[in-house]
Amino acid sequence: MQKSLPTLTQHNQSGWLFALPGFGLMMLFIVVPFVFAILFSMTNQRLISPNPTQFVGLENYQQLLSVNLLVLDPDVTATGEIKRDNRGDIRYPRIRSYTRNNPDYAHLQGMKEWFSWQWQDKKIAILASDPVFMKAIVNTLLFVLIVAPLQGALALGLALLINQRLRGINLYRAIYFMPVVVSIVVVSILWRFIYDGQNGLLNNLFHTLSFGHFTAVDWLGNPNTALGSIMVMSIWQAVGFHMVIWLSGLQTISPTLYEAAKIEGASSWQTFRYVTWPGLKNTAILVLIVITMQAFALFAQVDVMTNGGPLDSTQTIVFQAVERGYGKQDISGGSAISVVLFIMVLGISLLQRYLTREKN
Amino acid sequence: MKTKIMKNILMTTGVSLLTMGAINGYAQTNLSLWYHGAGNPVEAKIIDQIVADFNSNQSDWNVILESFPQESYNDSVIAAALAGNLPDILDVDGPVMPNWAWAGYLQPLNIDQTAIADFLPGTKGYWNGKLYSLGLWDAAVAMITRKSTLTEANIRIPTLEQPWTLTEFNAALLTLKQTGKFDYPLDLGLAWKGEWFPYAFSPFLQSFGGDIVDRSTYQSAEGVLNGDAAIAFGEWWQMLFEEGFSPGNSQDAADRETGLVDGKYAIQWNGNWTALNMLKAFGDDVLFLPAPDLGNGPKIGAASWQLGVSATTPHSQGAADFIKFATQDSYMAAFSDAIGLIPPTETSAAVSQHYQEGEPMATFYELSAQQAVLRPVTPGYVVAAKVFEKALADIADGADVADTLDNAADEINNDIRRNLGYGH
Repeated sequence: MQKSLPTLTQHNQSGWLFALPGFGLMMLFIVVPFVFAILFSMTNQRLISPNPTQFVGLENYQQLLSVNLLVLDPDVTATGEIKRDNRGDIRYPRIRSYTRNNPDYAHLQGMKEWFSWQWQDKKIAILASDPVFMKAIVNTLLFVLIVAPLQGALALGLALLINQRLRGINLYRAIYFMPVVVSIVVVSILWRFIYDGQNGLLNNLFHTLSFGHFTAVDWLGNPNTALGSIMVMSIWQAVGFHMVIWLSGLQTISPTLYEAAKIEGASSWQTFRYVTWPGLKNTAILVLIVITMQAFALFAQVDVMTNGGPLDSTQTIVFQAVERGYGKQDISGGSAISVVLFIMVLGISLLQRYLTREKN
Repeated sequence: MKTKIMKNILMTTGVSLLTMGAINGYAQTNLSLWYHGAGNPVEAKIIDQIVADFNSNQSDWNVILESFPQESYNDSVIAAALAGNLPDILDVDGPVMPNWAWAGYLQPLNIDQTAIADFLPGTKGYWNGKLYSLGLWDAAVAMITRKSTLTEANIRIPTLEQPWTLTEFNAALLTLKQTGKFDYPLDLGLAWKGEWFPYAFSPFLQSFGGDIVDRSTYQSAEGVLNGDAAIAFGEWWQMLFEEGFSPGNSQDAADRETGLVDGKYAIQWNGNWTALNMLKAFGDDVLFLPAPDLGNGPKIGAASWQLGVSATTPHSQGAADFIKFATQDSYMAAFSDAIGLIPPTETSAAVSQHYQEGEPMATFYELSAQQAVLRPVTPGYVVAAKVFEKALADIADGADVADTLDNAADEINNDIRRNLGYGH
């Protein structure tokens, strides 16, 4: 007994030694930058500057996340009638008259309109100190909410299709997987040609299919279609990767279960519902988490295809972090965005874990 | 076996002794030079020639050239500066220079001021009263079109003395649009993102009477970027896209390159670097027209790439000598002949192929001499340029003009405040 203890600790030492290279790299490239990001986000650190770095507390977060509400009464004439413009819409005083150097509304100084709506005669405006970042959050969440389920389901569909013993099935596997291997930057540049507003492939295709009735859409230049276009392209690009994960899950399901289902006379829907799906549970969790994380990190497509435009309709959180930290040399602002993103992703991952937990 | 090893050792030491002797014999100190023109063979040939001539012309310095692609050049310099690996000589884009000088990447350039007195103002980079960088050329922007296009549409051909006024310009665009011959009467080039926006379009704002920041103090953009003149500019800018006078942000990059030659556009707002191609395409029919006078005189942007000396080099004299050497008329004329850039002095213009008096591109020399305005000379320009670009892109897409310019002014002011005034 006395002898075995030192040997055990010795084993432990060599274990740590073996782990050291990987552990060290992870510390250096993941943990250290992460700690730096948190520290920088509370300073005014710049990318290049001769000025000393100063601690500013939560100013960066305040600048990013402040939101306020302003209720506007309509403009009225001397007789008390509500002014209307040519189209009959009610006229309101400009928001800038409240948010710029107005001592009565000092708490709104420098805030900008994020969005607004009309309620009875009044106009209710939500102000944010950084509406671009707010739009980036909304766009990113929208992207995650739409892409995650669609991409996952599509990938499962493809996996079921190619999980058959047919001649030449490997060819199909290769074809579906191909976009994953191509760099996302190259794919984005190609899709920019496809989406081109004047003579792009997509417009030409629709034009031909509709016998000339389709009027060309400027897919990436229109705020209503830009984000959707990026979603479609992103789903197409990464679907093959998740298809392979689903496929590996499908192949772990024992064929005897299918045989039993067949003997019991189960329809193909019943087979899927009661054999395939339960067998894929762990794969489903993995695929969902991976897609969610990838979707939150949306950057390259936006950077190559739209630069966040038109009218901020494709701004995303990571794009803003890079734009600020590097483009505008504001490392502290970029760090603050990264920390906000981290907290969001952490929260969602915990929620997913909770929802998909083993229920005993 | 042993003898073989001994032989190897002897050989190696012998060779290294020989090379040491060689270095001592020439006694040249190496100077590294970073240049943004990788991937451009014409440009590379000239700069290689300058380096080779300089190295063989004197015995103190040996310049070693390293070229970078332009897109990643600034990133490379910033990364090198953070790592403490700056070269001895580096080239820098004119408007970025104050940022690098302020950050301590560059040191003042030790060149006699009287020797460069006749250089075009856009080629001399001053920050805080000191010369930091010097350009071997300048660039200018003009409206490029065909004589026949304007005469057929009965539009007056503007001159340097009498450029188009705002109303004349708008009327010309409308007339050209109504001919129905072109997709768009004017191509401003929104396909080119980045520095093109402030370089090519902020002179329009200045011609209206606004600016990116208040140049008297460089501490605020309030009132100049969102004042009445700027809002008038913004509304005019928005009108250009609403009326279909110019293709917007989603312009096809290929159309930007070939649209004018293909007849899709009637007039193109473009730099003198395309002038050679246009001359080839249109011959005598080509016109290089001065910027319109939108109220406060016609304006175009000034300053292109320039050479400077890094702050960390121990050999600043050698670096300055090289830059001085490069500013010979023959070299500056060579850049001009090969790429169509503007020679920075009258003497170099006189020996150049396209900028001699009477040649069609001489217009650009006059444009640069008479109308060129530097982009704001401040370290904060790097950020202000990004803000300005986004504001113009948003306004072109239909955003509210006053609000967008307000937001841009706020963002620039905020950035200046957080940088403690950028050392002005």
